[in-house]
Amino acid sequence: MTGALFQAFIYLCAAVIAVPLAKRLGLGSVLGYLLAGIVIGPVSGLVGSETQAIQHVAEFGVVMMLFLVGLELQPRLLWEMRHRLFGLGGLQVVLTSALITGLGMLLKQPWETALTIGMILSLSSTAIVLQTLSEKGLNDSEGGRTAFSVLLFQDLAVIPMLAVIPLLAVAVSGEPAAGAASHESFTLVANLNGAERGAVMLAAIGLVLVGGHYMARPLFRYIASSRLREIFTAFALLLVIGIALLMTLVELSPALGTFLAGMVLANSEFRHELESDIEPFKGLLLGLFFITVGAGIDFAVLFDDFARIMALTVAVIILKGGVLYLLGLLFGLPSRSRWLLTLSLAQAGEFGFVLLSFSQQINALPAELLSKLSLVVALSMLLTPGLFLIYDRFAQSLPAKTKAKESGPIDTHGEVIVAGSGRFGQVVNRLLMASGVKTVVLDYEIAMIDMLGKFGIHSFYGDASRPDLLIAAGVESAKAVVIAIDDRQRAVEMTRFIKRNYPHVKVLARAYDVNHLYLLRQAGVDVAVRELFDASLSTGKEVLKALGLHPYRVEKMATAFRHHDEVGLNDLYGEWDEHQSISENKAILARAREHGKTLSSMLESDRTQFSAHSSRGWTPTETPAKKNDAEETGQ
Amino acid sequence: MPSTANTTNVPAPQKVLILFAHPAPHRSQANRPMLRAAAHLPGVTLIDLYAHYPDFAIDIDAEQARLREHDVVIFQFPLYWYSTPSILKEWQDLVLEYGFAYGQDGDALHDKLFLCAVTAGGLASAYKSGEGRNKSLRELLMPLEHMATLCGMQYLPPFALFGSRTAPEEGRIASHVSDWTRLLRALTRHELPISSLQDLPLLNEALHQQEKEH
Repeated sequence: MTGALFQAFIYLCAAVIAVPLAKRLGLGSVLGYLLAGIVIGPVSGLVGSETQAIQHVAEFGVVMMLFLVGLELQPRLLWEMRHRLFGLGGLQVVLTSALITGLGMLLKQPWETALTIGMILSLSSTAIVLQTLSEKGLNDSEGGRTAFSVLLFQDLAVIPMLAVIPLLAVAVSGEPAAGAASHESFTLVANLNGAERGAVMLAAIGLVLVGGHYMARPLFRYIASSRLREIFTAFALLLVIGIALLMTLVELSPALGTFLAGMVLANSEFRHELESDIEPFKGLLLGLFFITVGAGIDFAVLFDDFARIMALTVAVIILKGGVLYLLGLLFGLPSRSRWLLTLSLAQAGEFGFVLLSFSQQINALPAELLSKLSLVVALSMLLTPGLFLIYDRFAQSLPAKTKAKESGPIDTHGEVIVAGSGRFGQVVNRLLMASGVKTVVLDYEIAMIDMLGKFGIHSFYGDASRPDLLIAAGVESAKAVVIAIDDRQRAVEMTRFIKRNYPHVKVLARAYDVNHLYLLRQAGVDVAVRELFDASLSTGKEVLKALGLHPYRVEKMATAFRHHDEVGLNDLYGEWDEHQSISENKAILARAREHGKTLSSMLESDRTQFSAHSSRGWTPTETPAKKNDAEETGQ
Repeated sequence: MPSTANTTNVPAPQKVLILFAHPAPHRSQANRPMLRAAAHLPGVTLIDLYAHYPDFAIDIDAEQARLREHDVVIFQFPLYWYSTPSILKEWQDLVLEYGFAYGQDGDALHDKLFLCAVTAGGLASAYKSGEGRNKSLRELLMPLEHMATLCGMQYLPPFALFGSRTAPEEGRIASHVSDWTRLLRALTRHELPISSLQDLPLLNEALHQQEKEH
């Protein structure tokens, strides 16, 4: 127990120290994690061989990341990017593998070994690249999207590679790859032939797609109706782990399975809630993964053969970058996007590690070569933040023909977030939608979301007052947030959170009463509207009309009343704020007194100056002295 | 060339108030560039009436105070049915009160300059006096001229852009905006020969003549 705690302490400590430091130095979080790993591993020896075991757990971060990527990627968008996915992605994998195979054969490796190495090194690091792209806000740029489609294809390509490598191993070692199926403790397809195997795999994928489409939503709805936050989180984790398990059982990539599941759920109302639930787990696990990569670097092997390993690493980066650059030209990318593609994907990746450990289990590669290749993969990943720095320094000035503005596959956020879709939020949202404003509606009442769905309004499940959900819903890029929830305390907290962290986002809130309105104002709200004021005023107007007053006079009186009320509200706010600083209780009492004052001053003005004010301008206060003047104005 | 003030001292700069009234400024191709040009000129205050008072609840006290602070008042508007958009009429009805703008002690506007900057969809030929039923723009804006006179203001002929809908593709916006800027500058610097302009049908030609003289 103490040992486990000590390890956890070391890992967390390293991350907490190194990552903010690396970010401050402009190196990005990934390099921070890698350096933290190097410090606690090979440099100080605080952690040892157990990093291997931890890495297997941490690889799950990649699986979660692909689930999140799937969530952000609706099937329609995937279809739109099919040319880049299969054309560019496919060519990248095939060309890079072929070139590295050729290089390997030049270095006197048998072609089977060379091909295995080629496939392993053709893969790039989804984890590093996606993390860095989103940190730098390049997700939605043309280069970022192209890089994403290449990564996606690589993740898919892992599956056939896992099937091909054992065949190559047989050729090399001359004996049947008995360990091929035993690298996992248990699978469903171990004793099946090819066709049956394929059928089982297809069935598993079908289960994920159909199950995700038809079963997940009723289940989510059932769990959401319990209103227990942690159970929803538990279910989200269960879903991801369950799918990963299913995929492992049929020897498919867990990343592929969760990616598909994410995509199926991309259109569901639970998308943002799922995102914000899985996100922290993903972040921690990925960080852990990067730390283990850093910790796993074997300095002994590295220093024994330093020049050769460095040369190989640089050769791999140049070769991969060269292929990507040529493909960028071939597919007509503008130069800035071409350089982003080239520099971001030139490293080998974590799936390379996965394939390497797989090759180790089935003896597809000699042990000495394996340790060197591990180093090449790790070093190339370690150099990636450096390549991004090169992009930042030099490529930013290059022309980018297509601006990042057009809607991309990874971003589907709205201009305005409407939090709460009850009677209040609905009307706001309807007006916005009718005016062509894109909105994201959040509500924690699942029945409400169902009801809105029937009217064709797409809304998401979740407690809008939670910061992480707001972030998942895209508060950073939103122009405004409408707080239409009926929980007063949370509305104030939300306002404070948004204005503190995203001061550029306008916050418009529903206030319960004057008291609440002041609290919102103190929290920095841009506009607060008392929820019943307009309805009450309208009713008052109808009463006056029913009493026989001329409708236009009533209109003018109500307008004057409104303006007078607003002036009073602003005046009293100054006094109220003074009392607020003394203590919470006294402030409430003071506010109550002020409230009474507002009311009496309002009534007073109603009797005396008010009526005159509303008709000013049409009734001269005294008889004009010069008759000709008065005639001309038609009084 | 200062002409109105014959004093040897350099007169204080005139403060110009533009009351702009367009109910759909996002669709206006002529008035928006005019607004942009006027927005940063020193001595010019620009008030978008429809933006200030979307509910037509005009703040009479604020508007009167604004009038007192300025020497030149300009109504800038598109010509709707030979007159102003409705908010400018409401503005007149409410702000130009007895005792403020006219009548006993109503001398707050005395000797201020008043003019209209108008954009009209119709061609210039439709506003030629005497041809058929046609009236000149100045004749059509007679109620505003009377308003100014009754309030003791000096009336200048309208500054107008005709055929405003086709003006952008005909490339007439830029020259109109530069005339507009020149007019506003001249107003703030006392450079307009007021008395010689007062009887003209339009201010536009006079601006060009003045430019040639310079």
